[in-house]
Amino acid sequence: MDEHIHQRQAGPADAGTARSQFWEGFAKGLPIMVASAPFGLLFGALAIDNGFSLFETVLMSAAIFGGASQMVGIELFGQNIPAWLIVFSIFAVNFRHVLYSAAVGRRISHFKPLQSLLSYFVLTDPQYAETEKRAESGRPVTFIWYLGVATPIYVMWVLEAGVGALFGNLISDTHAFGIDMLLPIYFLGLVMGFRKRDNWAAIVIASAFVSIIAYKTIGSPWHVSIGALAGILVAVIVAKPEKSQEQH
Amino acid sequence: MSSITWIIIAGAVLTYLTRIGGHLVLSRFERIHPRVEVALNAVPAAVLTTLVAPAAAEADWRGLVALGFAGLVALRFNALTMFLAGAAVIILLRQFA
Repeated sequence: MDEHIHQRQAGPADAGTARSQFWEGFAKGLPIMVASAPFGLLFGALAIDNGFSLFETVLMSAAIFGGASQMVGIELFGQNIPAWLIVFSIFAVNFRHVLYSAAVGRRISHFKPLQSLLSYFVLTDPQYAETEKRAESGRPVTFIWYLGVATPIYVMWVLEAGVGALFGNLISDTHAFGIDMLLPIYFLGLVMGFRKRDNWAAIVIASAFVSIIAYKTIGSPWHVSIGALAGILVAVIVAKPEKSQEQH
Repeated sequence: MSSITWIIIAGAVLTYLTRIGGHLVLSRFERIHPRVEVALNAVPAAVLTTLVAPAAAEADWRGLVALGFAGLVALRFNALTMFLAGAAVIILLRQFA
């Protein structure tokens, strides 16, 4: 971390603008922070509900920093599933970051090595989106700006896990409050968020159909990998190669 | 340490690998094969759907109404609005219907 502070002071041309760049990024991070707050709190409450301790709940938000995968992790943990499969499911849900990582590399290639290591750690969906927007607008994507976006999102995300954990178990009758449906609704929202992508409907129908059959026959948690594989397979089969080459 | 702690640490390491790995791998190739790109693009919808569909298949009618309503809201509004609308419907139905 020392290097980052040192970097900030090192460039005389940047020194005057470093502070304003941080706050410019911070302004982009604030709405994301607000929008993710309910999910951060919900995660804390559900984690406690599924047998996590306060420490484990906060640790998960601080170390993984990926809402959907954390929800998947606690959901599967409540179902008495082998540990390696839970870890694999977290990995599977976060696998999309490989694409962000590949795409954002050209935007932040000028960051110092330690700055890059930290930047990839906080590379969430909105962080990626803001970085792409900033780069497309022709404004400089500096490390300080990038840190400004990430700071409010990360700090509050970790705090919310603790707050949700402390106050979440005030809800006693979870069925009456529909707690069992909150995660499916949340995940449906994420699914809907990708609906502009090629062959989205075909992928969703295939994954839905196969995962339900797998759930009823083979059982949880295999329905996740089997259903996902079916959707990916359909995408590869129905994709028009010429079109994807054009996009590239 | 508890098994949960180990799951979290392993999950965090793999998550970090996905966040830095795309850059590390792709920076070694001029371009990725179009079919690989298609498959990667399909990953989020394919994985996340499997977390919704079986729950919907098992849900009571109130859960289905809440999911359906939330899905419609998602067509016009952001994820947070959609989530709150779905949560409101399931809570109201479970309390009063």
